[in-house]
Amino acid sequence: MMVLRALLARPWIWSFIGALLVWLAAISFTGGYGAGGMITAALSLAVFMVIVGIGQMFVITLGPGNVDLSLPANIGLASAVAMKVMGGSDAMILVGLVAALTSGMAVGMANYLLIRALRIPPIIATLSSSFIVHSIDIAYGRGLQIKPPPAFADFTNIQFLGIPILAICGVVFAFLAGIALQRMIYGRSVLAIGQNMRAAWLAGIPVERIRFLTYTLSGALGGINGALLAGYFRGASVDIGNEYLLSSIAVVVIGGTSVAGGKANVPGIWGAALFLVLLLTMLNTFGVSAGIRLLLTGLIIVGVITAAGGQKALR
Amino acid sequence: MSEGSPVIVKLDGVERHFGAVRALDGVDFAVGAGECIGLVGHNGAGKSTLMHILAGTGSPDRGTIAVRGAPETDYSVARAQALGIRCVFQELSLCPNLTVAENTHISHASLRGPGWRKRSAALIRAKLDEIFPGHGIEPSDVVGDLAIGQRQMVEVARAFTVTDQPLHLVILDEPTSSLDAHTAGQLLAFVGRARAEGVSTILISHVLGEVLSTANRIVVMRDGRVVASDAASAFNRDRLVATMGGARQHDRDPAAAARTRGATPVKVRARPRGQPGSAELVAHQGEIIGLAGLAGHGQTRLLLYIYGAATRRRPGIEVTDPVALVAGDRQTDGIFPLWSIAENIGIRSLAALRRGLLLSSEREQALAREWQQKIGIRTPDLDNNILSLSGGNQQKVLFARALGSDARIILMDDPMRGVDIGTKLEVYDLVRAEARKGRTFLWYTTEMDELENCDHVYVFRNGRIVADLGHDELSEEKVIQSSFEESAA
Amino acid sequence: MTVAATEPLGRSGLRSPAFARFLRALLPALSLTLILIAIAYLNPRAISYFGFSLMLNLAIPIALATIAQMFVITVNELDLSIGTFVGFVACVTATWLRDAPLLGILVLLGSIGVYAALGALIHLRNLPSIVVTLGMSFVWQGLAILLLPKPGGKAPDWLLGLMSLKPPLVPFPILAAVVIALVVHFGLMRTSYGAVLRGTGGNAQAVKRAGWSILRTKVTMFAMTGVFGVLSGMALVGITTSADANLGNGYTLLAIAGVILGGGEFVGGRVSPIGAVLGALTLALAASPLLTFMRIPPDWQVAANGLILIVVLAARALISRREGDR
Repeated sequence: MMVLRALLARPWIWSFIGALLVWLAAISFTGGYGAGGMITAALSLAVFMVIVGIGQMFVITLGPGNVDLSLPANIGLASAVAMKVMGGSDAMILVGLVAALTSGMAVGMANYLLIRALRIPPIIATLSSSFIVHSIDIAYGRGLQIKPPPAFADFTNIQFLGIPILAICGVVFAFLAGIALQRMIYGRSVLAIGQNMRAAWLAGIPVERIRFLTYTLSGALGGINGALLAGYFRGASVDIGNEYLLSSIAVVVIGGTSVAGGKANVPGIWGAALFLVLLLTMLNTFGVSAGIRLLLTGLIIVGVITAAGGQKALR
Repeated sequence: MSEGSPVIVKLDGVERHFGAVRALDGVDFAVGAGECIGLVGHNGAGKSTLMHILAGTGSPDRGTIAVRGAPETDYSVARAQALGIRCVFQELSLCPNLTVAENTHISHASLRGPGWRKRSAALIRAKLDEIFPGHGIEPSDVVGDLAIGQRQMVEVARAFTVTDQPLHLVILDEPTSSLDAHTAGQLLAFVGRARAEGVSTILISHVLGEVLSTANRIVVMRDGRVVASDAASAFNRDRLVATMGGARQHDRDPAAAARTRGATPVKVRARPRGQPGSAELVAHQGEIIGLAGLAGHGQTRLLLYIYGAATRRRPGIEVTDPVALVAGDRQTDGIFPLWSIAENIGIRSLAALRRGLLLSSEREQALAREWQQKIGIRTPDLDNNILSLSGGNQQKVLFARALGSDARIILMDDPMRGVDIGTKLEVYDLVRAEARKGRTFLWYTTEMDELENCDHVYVFRNGRIVADLGHDELSEEKVIQSSFEESAA
Repeated sequence: MTVAATEPLGRSGLRSPAFARFLRALLPALSLTLILIAIAYLNPRAISYFGFSLMLNLAIPIALATIAQMFVITVNELDLSIGTFVGFVACVTATWLRDAPLLGILVLLGSIGVYAALGALIHLRNLPSIVVTLGMSFVWQGLAILLLPKPGGKAPDWLLGLMSLKPPLVPFPILAAVVIALVVHFGLMRTSYGAVLRGTGGNAQAVKRAGWSILRTKVTMFAMTGVFGVLSGMALVGITTSADANLGNGYTLLAIAGVILGGGEFVGGRVSPIGAVLGALTLALAASPLLTFMRIPPDWQVAANGLILIVVLAARALISRREGDR
């Protein structure tokens, strides 16, 4: 009983409960058919949301006004970079991953430079840079038909007892991100800045360095995600990252991170990602149309934020 | 009060508490028609709180308000305005993105329909011309583009404009603080003319000369009480200063007097920007340096400038050791409201709390416990949220954060605001003990008793150092004397 | 007596804030002129009645969407759903408004009501507008897809006729832009309640203290966003003749960019309807005609928008720095 109560007191538990309920609804509809497969599929798709969601979480935790809108363009470009550098050869996998990471980090650094040099709100800085990155991607990735190296494609799809290896990596990564958030100087600094930037500066935190690191981290995670997506979907594309603009913010908010900054939640991101993916799966099994799916997703986001209530605007 | 004049507002037995602090402790106050009341008192005497209650932006915990003899039970800003009571607050209440004429409409909803801009412009222009001839402000000017003094002129003029609501009393809270001598004189002359027309004013000012010359009655406040209320002619400058300060006996720190200056190396050397002459602030190791003067006269700015200079070189500042700052405004500069007490203490010492790559919660707890004992933070559990503490204990957390860090220079930005006396005394002892161990303190304070703890005091006025007092020369009268200006002209 | 007051009170001269503000207000017109000069240089024939009608074809819906976005930005909020909302309106216009006008009108009015309700919700619950409108962007798109799963429908004839008007001398898009700019300028910048609306963005506390309802100003502004979103969607479908649920998706970012390009600021209630329309025209011109004439492949059109945004913001940061120097 005590354990249960302690568990219920954690804000992230709700997103997992939501995910569980949605899953149960889906399998009761199919009569139990495909219950395991549904989880496998959900895990392999959710992990991509988790990777970018964690980057977005650190950015949003920096406080009102901070958000990274350049993720979709960043992901698209990195997917093209990864595929081109790998060139379908197993030997080049690591180099390709590093290239995608570098491309993502470059986007993140450019974002920060725009924020700092032009003194413009992050939302418009990441927006303008996303326009440019998007074009670079279109020009660079035009007609790109390169398949991922077989070993890389296998890695992104391989399962162990029905659990995708990538999802296991994602859980490990989320665990590390949780440690970084709560137990490392970097995470503490982010949380402090998000609560009160001025007080953080007066408490001796190098505010600008932390902001730089955070935008670079978000960019880097976008880059990695691009490479992995290209492996999973067997090829790069310009639109491969489009859905992550909204879903990266959605998983952060549903996962219990405060949009007012200063309070973040890593496990909740996994729960929220599973919830969103399973919700779509459930609606698919119900056979509802794409329109209803979008409509419900939107209403749920608005509902969650209304229920969670806001203290301050995200701007 | 001039005999026989009808009373506009009357406050009886008004009390107001902020936490443990009594901002107002049973105040009786009345304004008659055609009066100009000068309200003076040192910082924290309760003037602003009293005026907020009069203007309807604050409400008393106890006591009554009566307007023209009728008790008001549901007093609010709207009610005050309907009754013809207006206030010009120190914080500007103009919209910076709107023009002067548009701002006039904001406070006069009746200026609407075709031609409203012309009517607003004419109204405010006429009032500006009347109060500040030669003001150089166009009603079409955007307020954000105006100099701070001009904004204050607009704000004052707007308060005296009349459309559909009556005008009986205008509260002017430091109306001349941003005006030059000429425009201040114009305003004071206008206040006199308004009196003749039956409009009352309350004038709050730190320029004692203008209070003495303009008001017909002066009310002096101290520690949340009215300590004197008499015809202006009954006061002179010395009597005002004496009434404001009171005569108190203080124990001085004998050790402070015994120390000789300059025996230890210089740790901080700073010149305020725009400081004429060669005056500069110097702090030697182990000294407690006081920054005195009225609130908002450049002390905080200099502290922040010194704080910034510790990480990035700035001209005119020399800082040789790590610096920590104890904020006075806890909510905006100090606490992290989502965190526990221990986390709030540890944030300045993260590097020292590490074990390997990770922060060690044992070390964080140990640091917090050590300082909980040293400084007496009253809480059952250091993992409780910081907001579970009273204001004074929150302030102790900020002290613990700074003193528990590796900083050798501690800047204190009037940290005892709203703190009870018991806490204060504990912290004074601690500061003295830490100074004896070789830490250097720069202490901005608006309270006289705290200056008694300092080895050396610099008095600030208008962003500059105007007096430089050794421990032996220090007296309340000297500080007040240099904080207040001689006269408006 | 104080440092501030010892400064000269005059506001004339090249370093005055009014001059800096004037420079900033000039930026949108300046960027538009630069683009026009470039087009005239690259292709003189484009500077003609026919050329403008063609080049500025899509400028009307973009300008309307930009104005819609500007209303919420005035009160320090942001609408990330305006693009999908425009798409939704386009779908309603191309189906119900044509086939069952009464139902169409009711739905469109209802959607404006939804905007007003969102304004109230955001204000009362103190919600971050970007998350709420993010969620709403799914809702509008979902509704649009439900209504029109495949591209199709047809704009009502009166709308088609309106959008293909050929007034004498001045091309229709330019005429429309001028009308939009002047109407909104009058409403927001010249009326007495417009001042209160902008004041809410500048200093909500002061406006509230003077006895105005902030709830009412916020609801008004969100409703206006809805109104102009509806107009934008209708104009768009009047040009493209048929609708598609994804028709307006690019407008969210374009509209924000237009407001900023037009001299608006994210906070503080500093916006300019005329500037916003100029910004929208600049984007519309820069997006395709200019680049086509420069033989820049369409791939780089989006980048051009980003680059223009960055250049203008850089210029503005420079001007603001001068302002800060004083």
